[in-house]
Amino acid sequence: MSGVVILGAGECGVRAALSAREAGYSGPITLISEEAGLPYERPPLSKPDAAGVIQKPICTAEMLRDKDITLLDGVEVAALDRNALSVSLSSGAMLYYDKLLFATGASPRQMACDGAERALTFRTAQDAGRIYDIAQPGTRVVIVGAGLIGLELAAVLVTRGVDVSVLEYAPVPLGRNVPRLLAQKIVDRHLAEGTKILCGVQVDRITASQVGLADGRMLDADLVVAAIGVAPRTDLAASAGLPIDNGICVNASLSTDDPHIFAAGDCASVLRGDTRQRLETWQNAQIQGDIAGRNMAGGQLTFENPVWFWSDQFDLGLQGVGQTAGAADATRQIDAGTEILFYLNDGRQLIGAIGLGSGNAVAKDIKLAQKLIEAGVPVDAASLCDPNINLKKLLRPATAA
Amino acid sequence: MANWIDACAADDIDEEDVIRFDHNGRTFAIYRSPDDEYFCTDGLCTHEKIHLAEGLVMDHTIECPKHNGQFDYRTGEAMRAPVCVNLGTYPVKVERDRVLIEI
Repeated sequence: MSGVVILGAGECGVRAALSAREAGYSGPITLISEEAGLPYERPPLSKPDAAGVIQKPICTAEMLRDKDITLLDGVEVAALDRNALSVSLSSGAMLYYDKLLFATGASPRQMACDGAERALTFRTAQDAGRIYDIAQPGTRVVIVGAGLIGLELAAVLVTRGVDVSVLEYAPVPLGRNVPRLLAQKIVDRHLAEGTKILCGVQVDRITASQVGLADGRMLDADLVVAAIGVAPRTDLAASAGLPIDNGICVNASLSTDDPHIFAAGDCASVLRGDTRQRLETWQNAQIQGDIAGRNMAGGQLTFENPVWFWSDQFDLGLQGVGQTAGAADATRQIDAGTEILFYLNDGRQLIGAIGLGSGNAVAKDIKLAQKLIEAGVPVDAASLCDPNINLKKLLRPATAA
Repeated sequence: MANWIDACAADDIDEEDVIRFDHNGRTFAIYRSPDDEYFCTDGLCTHEKIHLAEGLVMDHTIECPKHNGQFDYRTGEAMRAPVCVNLGTYPVKVERDRVLIEI
């Protein structure tokens, strides 16, 4: 009997399975996971405790059993036959689908220099376990890539007493998704804690004990970690003839051209207006998984949500929502170490906000910003700048209307 | 035997807001609803032990500041992923402008 088949059992795939069931889908639901074991959350991998990597399950075996969801773990998909509506697995089994979801995520980009194979990546629980085993106090670790993930790992290792150098090809760290003002505060904190950060450098080769830079410098390294971003996992979709454009192309309902096939999460390139957008955040994986699950069960939802993300660096908490590119239109200084930048469109509607502070100091306002974005209510920059004005007040006229 | 603890002044909590209250090594969240009622739950989110008092109260829900899990703070019911375990709730009364909780 054919049913819903979900490729990938991360945050997105599991959410899709649960949501399809919640939406009333009564046929078989099968989750296929390349990794062995129960699905687990990835964010805690960069937040280990004293004992090492924290593996936090997304769901229990009982939960899956209760919802009549089958998990096939430690299995790869060998082939997809869109005419027969079937997938064949590495185990030899064949599954027939009525609806198929690509929730295949993304895989870390590999380095291309000599000795690149010596660099570990940082994506799975197994990766994290290897890194924390080697990176003991007093060891020297070189992290390539000063993005959020590379710096999160650096913060954790420096706190452990590891000698950490972070190398960045670009002129500044965090250039891709954090405004300069906030990025600089994160960098300053890293420097104060002892992280070494080298920008504008290129790795030429990796040897058994060193990293060689293009400018001739050599850095000692007991461990090299490549944190240079991820690439969407699209090989199977591409080989089955589905359109790919930095991800598997889907419309706002997360359906591909083939009405039987959906894609969601890190691997999906979603049409929003005239442009395609691919997002790599935990909440996006959840939201898109939920929408895809419900649509596979016959729903008519579209993905329009502003997406939220967070990063922990030491005890600093960064949170952002929506579009935060370019110059901010308003800055709210909550106290000396806590501020939020707001982004407006021409109609004075909020389209994005991003803030940095100690712990969860910006969380409440970022949540309210998300609600303001969704409400689409015009706001004035002066109110956003005034920390004594509760953002809830700006929201309420809209919800009362 | 009821054990009522004086937690705070009624005015210490803004309307539609929450504060943290620690007592004997335990931590609680005390809420004042938009209709001016008071409630008390466990202080930590059931997902990753984050203090809920740093989260956002909207109507009768509290949203965890970290991963956006939501609870109905009147009943403790887990309302939105990633939370799936309910919060414990505790009786509350207001006497002479003091908020008392029974724990």
